[in-house]
Amino acid sequence: MSEPLILGIETSCDETGVALVRGCELLGDSVASSVDQHVRFGGVVPEVASRAHLEAMTPTVRRALDDAGVKLSDVDAVAVTAGPGLAGALLVGVSAAKAYAMALGKPLYGVNHLVGHVAVDQLEHGPLPKPSIALLVSGGHTSLLLVNDLATDVVSLGDTVDDAAGEAYDKVARLLELPYPGGPPIDQAAQRGNPKTIRFPRGKWGDGTYDFSFSGLKTAVARHVEDSERRGDPLVVADIAAAFQESVVDVLTRKAVDACVEHGVSTLVISGGVAANSALRALAQQRCTEAGIELRVPRPRLCTDNGAMIAALGAEVVAAGLPPSALDLATDTSLPVESPLAV
Amino acid sequence: MLLLAFDTATPAVTAAIGETTPDGAFTLRAGASSVDARRHGELLTPTIQDLLTESGLVLGDLDHIAVGIGPGPYTGLRVGLATGHALADALGIPCHGVTTLDTLAFATKRTGPFLGLTDARRKEVFWARYDDHLTRVGEVRVDRPAEIDTEGLPLIGDGARMYAEALGVDGQGAEALEPLLPDAAAMAELALRRLHAGLPLPEPAPLYLRRPDAVEPGAPKKVRQWVK
Repeated sequence: MSEPLILGIETSCDETGVALVRGCELLGDSVASSVDQHVRFGGVVPEVASRAHLEAMTPTVRRALDDAGVKLSDVDAVAVTAGPGLAGALLVGVSAAKAYAMALGKPLYGVNHLVGHVAVDQLEHGPLPKPSIALLVSGGHTSLLLVNDLATDVVSLGDTVDDAAGEAYDKVARLLELPYPGGPPIDQAAQRGNPKTIRFPRGKWGDGTYDFSFSGLKTAVARHVEDSERRGDPLVVADIAAAFQESVVDVLTRKAVDACVEHGVSTLVISGGVAANSALRALAQQRCTEAGIELRVPRPRLCTDNGAMIAALGAEVVAAGLPPSALDLATDTSLPVESPLAV
Repeated sequence: MLLLAFDTATPAVTAAIGETTPDGAFTLRAGASSVDARRHGELLTPTIQDLLTESGLVLGDLDHIAVGIGPGPYTGLRVGLATGHALADALGIPCHGVTTLDTLAFATKRTGPFLGLTDARRKEVFWARYDDHLTRVGEVRVDRPAEIDTEGLPLIGDGARMYAEALGVDGQGAEALEPLLPDAAAMAELALRRLHAGLPLPEPAPLYLRRPDAVEPGAPKKVRQWVK
């Protein structure tokens, strides 16, 4: 019982997540999602998400405590997502976290959502080797990171210059008349399709950077769909989905493995909502095995937004002896990934 | 009975600690307000800590929390509500709501009818009619100022100052429209008075009065509009 008990609170997008973590052990977590309320709009509506966070906040804290079998008074520190994320959504979690910390008389740590996605892997696979490379792929982010230390030293190697990978899935799903969010239905359709029938572009392929681009790919899919309709050709959704997906995962895994090789790093972590994608997991495993790299992918529940990732990073920050955030902590919608702890 | 009150539904962040004796006499233990429409989230908890220090109290001494439920611009409004819910949850004490316009009205001590108005942004105001400082008539509403029938009654609140011309009160000085923003000292007194009298207070749930702005998407935009 030497390690402190961390309460983690996450509200950066459409998931209200709360969890309790001690060291690398996840004791309990609870997530309330407003995704169903966003489906008809084809994307997250910030005001809808913020309203849902406020309603879900304290009940989710209670469920997480029950799940962990601990009392609020057992908590040693409160960690909360300070950014990046939606302004109004972040503010609900940060306000609640400040109140819990103040009422408990325990320190508050405003932490980085993106680094949390990497830290969460420790709850499944144990301490992360230093350094590691991390690929974060979600509806809002596509980042390649060199993680020397989760609490103190994270370097951004590259990012998407336009759409996030998950955003590309959502947009292509709409073109193919598949439901939102687009990741799971495209992944399913792709398993029945032949990726070799269409060749879609690989954005920023071989450009010597670790950046990504998916907006050209989305436009190429739109052109293909329109041209097929104009010619009266049948649309083979499975083949389009497979070819699109191959283009996405090809670039993601290639650049991630290249980064490991260039930096002499033997561990790759893939996290974020898109890490649940079967093609990404399969190709990443194949290429990591070929290159002698250990691949770590948390289970899908931990890949999507949750409180566990924030509590896990909070535990690292506390263990590193970093100073807590002040109660006037501000949210930062574009908190850089180089700042695991918000100041 | 000790009560912590705060409201973040207007550009003001206002907080106060009030106390009633067993016979119902009210004392303000501490109160503070600041006006910064963009920093509610940063200001509220430090303000509460300052009040505790000033009054020599700790959070564990509190018996009740009262939080402003608006209506008011949503992002700031939620700061107060999220704080109130979490504090009450952690302390194991009740959290009550107070309608922000009722706090404004209570502070006037007026004995005759008047309207209270606050800024709702988008060229609209949140408003309600009062028979006196304790008695609201009907629900709180959101409307364009020019659409409100003021019946020639006195107007109070920041909404009246912002839209003085449309409301036909532009000859009056700002003092005539006071208070412009809610003060938690009045709110604490109002809430404690009701609790002491055994009267209900609203649930601590936001009064949004509008649906979220969101439109369902149409068909995807064509990328080959130039192709016949």
